[in-house]
Amino acid sequence: MGKTTIPEAEFTYPGSTGCPGCGANLVMRYLLKGLGERTIVSIPACCWAVMPGYWPSNCLKIPLLYTAFEATGAAISGLRAALDVKGVNDVTVVGFAGDGGTVDIGLQALSGAAERRTDAIYVMYDNEAYMNTGIQRSGSTPWGAWTTTTPVGGSSHGFKHETKKDIMAIMQAHRIPYAATVSPAFPEDFIKKVEKAKSIKGFRFIHALSPCPPGWRTNPSLSVEIARLAVDTRVFPLYEIEDGKVRITRKAKGLPLVEYLKVQGRFQHLTEPEISEMQKGVDDSWIMLLLKESSGT
Amino acid sequence: MTKSYEEIPLTPVSDTPSTVNITGLWRVMKPVVDKEKCKKCTICWKFCPDVAIKLVEGVPEIDYQYCKGCGICAVECPSKCIVMVKEDEQ
Amino acid sequence: MRMVMTGNYASAYGAKLARAEVIAAYPITPQTSIVEKLAEFVATGELKAKFVPVESEHSAMAACIAAQTAGARTYTATSSHGLTLMHEVLMWASGARLPIVMTNVSRAMAPPWSVWVDHMDSIAQRDTGWLQFFCQSNQEVLDTTIMAYKVCESAGVMLPAMIIEDAFILSHTSEPVDVPEQQLVDSFLPAYSPDLKIEVGKARGFGSLVKPDQYMEFRYKAMLAMKEAHDRILRVEQEFKHVFGREHGGLLERYRCEDAETVLVTAGSVAATAKDVVDALRANGQRVGLARIRAFRPFPHDEIRSLASKLEGIAVLDRSYTFGAAGAMFTEVKASAYSCQRRPVMKNYIAGLGGRDITPKILERIFEDIQVIAKRGAEDEVEWVDVVGLPRRWH
Repeated sequence: MGKTTIPEAEFTYPGSTGCPGCGANLVMRYLLKGLGERTIVSIPACCWAVMPGYWPSNCLKIPLLYTAFEATGAAISGLRAALDVKGVNDVTVVGFAGDGGTVDIGLQALSGAAERRTDAIYVMYDNEAYMNTGIQRSGSTPWGAWTTTTPVGGSSHGFKHETKKDIMAIMQAHRIPYAATVSPAFPEDFIKKVEKAKSIKGFRFIHALSPCPPGWRTNPSLSVEIARLAVDTRVFPLYEIEDGKVRITRKAKGLPLVEYLKVQGRFQHLTEPEISEMQKGVDDSWIMLLLKESSGT
Repeated sequence: MTKSYEEIPLTPVSDTPSTVNITGLWRVMKPVVDKEKCKKCTICWKFCPDVAIKLVEGVPEIDYQYCKGCGICAVECPSKCIVMVKEDEQ
Repeated sequence: MRMVMTGNYASAYGAKLARAEVIAAYPITPQTSIVEKLAEFVATGELKAKFVPVESEHSAMAACIAAQTAGARTYTATSSHGLTLMHEVLMWASGARLPIVMTNVSRAMAPPWSVWVDHMDSIAQRDTGWLQFFCQSNQEVLDTTIMAYKVCESAGVMLPAMIIEDAFILSHTSEPVDVPEQQLVDSFLPAYSPDLKIEVGKARGFGSLVKPDQYMEFRYKAMLAMKEAHDRILRVEQEFKHVFGREHGGLLERYRCEDAETVLVTAGSVAATAKDVVDALRANGQRVGLARIRAFRPFPHDEIRSLASKLEGIAVLDRSYTFGAAGAMFTEVKASAYSCQRRPVMKNYIAGLGGRDITPKILERIFEDIQVIAKRGAEDEVEWVDVVGLPRRWH
């Protein structure tokens, strides 16, 4: 009793200006608990560029480089090159970017950094839209979601009709040594994966689900529960890809998708046939993942 | 408080902890812990996005200066010993 | 050591002698041989640096910014569309007060596609807060690269600089170049050692969000730094002359302007041609001179003003154009001369775009023209030179 299940040391201060119930706050908190003090983080334009507060406020206990939106992959390459040439060892270089800054505008630089086998960890905190600019759709917004640029209503019955980009598959195609999905509802799994990533050299990628109350139209108190439902409904499975091999790290129960959808305002407009279609999509993806795991690819 | 151009660095370098932002002022609801019922599972501390919960011998102490009142601790507490009350209430 | 080399190799040798530590670059014609040569230097160990083969010019500059913030001396090179692709992060580099040095092989913008010399790409960056040096020879390219690091890394400056060499005319043409010994360069240029940098264990954020009530003060400081750069350029060049025995004319190189009545103001390799034309016209008794804009940023306002106050006429040859206005160099020369008690007649000649050759004959005609209108006044302030279809003959 009274013993914590995750490391106690904190690397973030209170006073971050993230929304109440912000998933991204948890993502950063767990990430840094896993990485420790000898870490440098590069953050592009995104919610996290604003959350440390106005100058001179900084909610991180480690050095932070703010960069232009699309530049994270390039910035971590530059950071690592400078550290190498100066002979500074035993430092983890981290790129910490949102989904838009990773799968859309940041994809080129991400791909370049991965192809160059930059020795760094790239963390994409995925709140599934351009949240910092007011909830516009990104390539990572799931099929069916309301956003301000995929509005619902009118004769066209809006919402996003394109499926979510599979960034883990993109990273797998770059043949990087380690990639993993994490959810803030499972901090022990999260931190274990971060520690494993830290111990591997080369380009590592972490895809973190980041529930967003204003963007997902959810009650702030449910952010962790939603991050849990995402995993247990298999919408966001927890798995690793190590040296090209898929390993599922939590055999999700497979709760009905509707449990996940019904607590989020951004999915309220979906009809039963649409939900069924979505459920089928989730089931198919899960089967594909199981196949990948069993076939050793 | 604004600084003269002579007092600022070349480029904005942030080196002041964010504890200057009293985010507790944002609250509408606030968590209240029943310390008798608390089983010291530490789950509330684990899930606080704002590092606004300190553990004192395993029992949570809410830092009301920073707690935004999101309510995650109340929802996640397995013993249901955290209750959200209106800010002005006790 | 005396060698024969292209402007691109001169750039590469300049970066090598300056001991650049991180080089992040992307290939584009006609810059490619710069990065190829540097990759060779790094691969053989002649240059102890990290070479980052980035996947775009925007990433090249972003990587340099990150590396420089972490305390490494960086270098990159580009041209034309690569430079304009970098525009967003050029602004970042100067706002972040990072003394990055970059070579721009000045080349025309598309469409139409062109790989040849033109200054529009460079001129379009005049608002970015970068120092800009236009070179007229390969020697100057090498020397200015080394000097730029010293100017930019001074505490009162801390701004980035671009060294501009004309596409193909300098980049791919070989000239004799004196390559100084590494030891001598080391005695001139110390290691890069900034006060503020990213350091493990020091919780600092670089580049945060600033409210309207504090933003202007940062820009004001950058303005003061660019002003300081003017004097610093002159001082560093005097130091360079003392160590290496050479100089290149400060911010505004004046050739036979002392008793001139009309002067041609221009930048880049065409200035070298113009000097020969000045000599030929002088031999014929014409009192003409050439003023070469070597540093376009910071702009040599004082030098232009003091020159203009003694002249009858100034011809400004721009190898670029600002649509809807006039050539950028003309506009700034005119602005500098505005406060003169007695203002010369001034005219803008737009020439040499997309690699169109600016021959000695064309320059002669420009001198003829400016001398005529200096007496009678200009009808047309801006004239495009050697455009097929226009009535005026330039050959």
